[in-house]
Amino acid sequence: MTAAEMNMKLAVTPRGAKPRSPFAPRNIMLYGTLIVFSIYYLLPLYVMIVTSLKDMAEIRVGNVFSPPVDITFQPWVKAWAEACTGINCDGLSRGFWNSVRILIPSLIISVSVAALTGYVLACWRFKGSEVFFGILLLGAFIPYQVLLYPLVIILRELGLFGSLWGLVLVHTIFAMPINVLLFRNYFVAIPEELFKAARVDGAGFWGIFFRIVIPMSLPIFVVSGIIQVTGIWNDFLFGVVYTRPENYPMTVQLNNIVNSVQGVKEYNVNMAATLLTGLVPLTVYFFSGKLFIRGIAAGAVKG
Amino acid sequence: MSRARRGSAAMRPPIRLFRNLSSKLAAIPMVLVGLGVFVGGTAWTIVHSFTDSRLLPRLRWVGLDQYERLWSTRRWLVSIENLAVYGVVSLVLTMCLGFFLAALLDRKIRYEDTFRTIFLYPFALSFIVTGLVWQWILNPDFGIQSIARGLGFSTFNFDPLYNPDLVIIGLLIAGLWQGTGLIMVIMLAGLRGIDEDIWKATRVDGIPVWKTYIIVIIPMMKPVFVTALVLVTSGIVKLYDLVVAMTSGGPGIASEVPAKYVYDTLFTRQNLGQGFAASTMMLVTVAIILIPWAYMQFREKRQ
Repeated sequence: MTAAEMNMKLAVTPRGAKPRSPFAPRNIMLYGTLIVFSIYYLLPLYVMIVTSLKDMAEIRVGNVFSPPVDITFQPWVKAWAEACTGINCDGLSRGFWNSVRILIPSLIISVSVAALTGYVLACWRFKGSEVFFGILLLGAFIPYQVLLYPLVIILRELGLFGSLWGLVLVHTIFAMPINVLLFRNYFVAIPEELFKAARVDGAGFWGIFFRIVIPMSLPIFVVSGIIQVTGIWNDFLFGVVYTRPENYPMTVQLNNIVNSVQGVKEYNVNMAATLLTGLVPLTVYFFSGKLFIRGIAAGAVKG
Repeated sequence: MSRARRGSAAMRPPIRLFRNLSSKLAAIPMVLVGLGVFVGGTAWTIVHSFTDSRLLPRLRWVGLDQYERLWSTRRWLVSIENLAVYGVVSLVLTMCLGFFLAALLDRKIRYEDTFRTIFLYPFALSFIVTGLVWQWILNPDFGIQSIARGLGFSTFNFDPLYNPDLVIIGLLIAGLWQGTGLIMVIMLAGLRGIDEDIWKATRVDGIPVWKTYIIVIIPMMKPVFVTALVLVTSGIVKLYDLVVAMTSGGPGIASEVPAKYVYDTLFTRQNLGQGFAASTMMLVTVAIILIPWAYMQFREKRQ
């Protein structure tokens, strides 16, 4: 590669226009705007971090943006282990473990069910399967409020109301439309010859699913998993409706801690608690990178 | 949506109930969720909205009484008005900002991944976390108002969360922060799908870049815009967690929204019939938005 070609590749240029210097007024405007927006988007993260590292005395004399002078981790300890909701004073750790206990079975069950359903819809259609798929997709647009009470009745009949398993079932149900769509669209693109060959070799419905489809589809399982982890972790409404206080997920407990009207407001503890709750989806987001984007783009544009 | 395998005889054994049995068994969850929960649950709620159910659902018909009462309740009217204002402003700003940011990122800039990561990360956070952070930043004693006053603007007033007239602005700031990243990613996917030749052609014709966007690119991206529109609107109707975390509907009832009205009526005031009527109205709202969209999609497919 010649130097000129290198330059062409590296130069920051608008689509196809002739190369300009990085300090052209246009570039300054472009990057300036991007940086201004970046500040708006990064500000809350910064505020959460600095507030959670100050003590209350320092908060009272400063403002939300002032950096901490004496860094203290006490608010984090308190948020995790001592913050009170009602009469319980064992901190957010309880909500965290509840969320973990909700997340793991919900994730496994909802992704498995969706993958299997997507497989049926892509490879083993039967009369009426497309109609059921259509109904399922419509379900994605029904406001949750319409189905809240019918699900209370269903869970009560099943004896699951108030338990973690009830919430797992609810998450599985509401995850179905988008995830089934994801899997179905992915499986449809697998070359048909593979299935024919497998059929000739005597593989049936389950054989093809476990030996051919699943091993080929790791990326879509990751995408669906990412959607589910963030969705289930961030849920508030279902947690508050379908579980009892001792099973409340982290988001519900966080809201109860921060918005409780009793006692002096401890903003540093509140922000530490908020950041702790956001940490799981943020970690997933920063580590999954492009797959996260692929997940939402696939879900949105194809839908 | 691909329909590659539709009608391919090789993959579809002759349709009889006992052939293809595994596939039908695997489709049971989909059928149960689609018919049992989505269709059945919706029908159940609509039917019970015509009854006088209070603490427990019962079938004693009262005609449209619940709806009459609903539309003469001030809190519901405020909720609807709030949702309308929030919805329209948030829709317009999300679309504009989302497209603007996507267009900036599509200008072949350096550090595109970094900027995209920054703009999208709030989307990974829950509305509860979003609401609590912005509640803190907008705190009149320590947040933006106190900083502006500290800089010498001693009469500067910006306390949206404590001012009934401004509270929607507070919700909008937080809502936009959380949601624009998603639309940006979808728009960016749309922009990337546009043929490089289009850009070359407009450059040859000497059309300025901004004009190319308006007269060529945006019309070409109509399907993407429609998808984004549907996505944003169905999200707006569900607006609930953000309000609970940020304002709890206050000050007074100034930031109530329909989803919160439904929840409160069903689960804290135990006025089931009223709650069902309100949730049915939410369903009607979604239907009004979706039916034209579904019709358009359907027509495009037939062409």
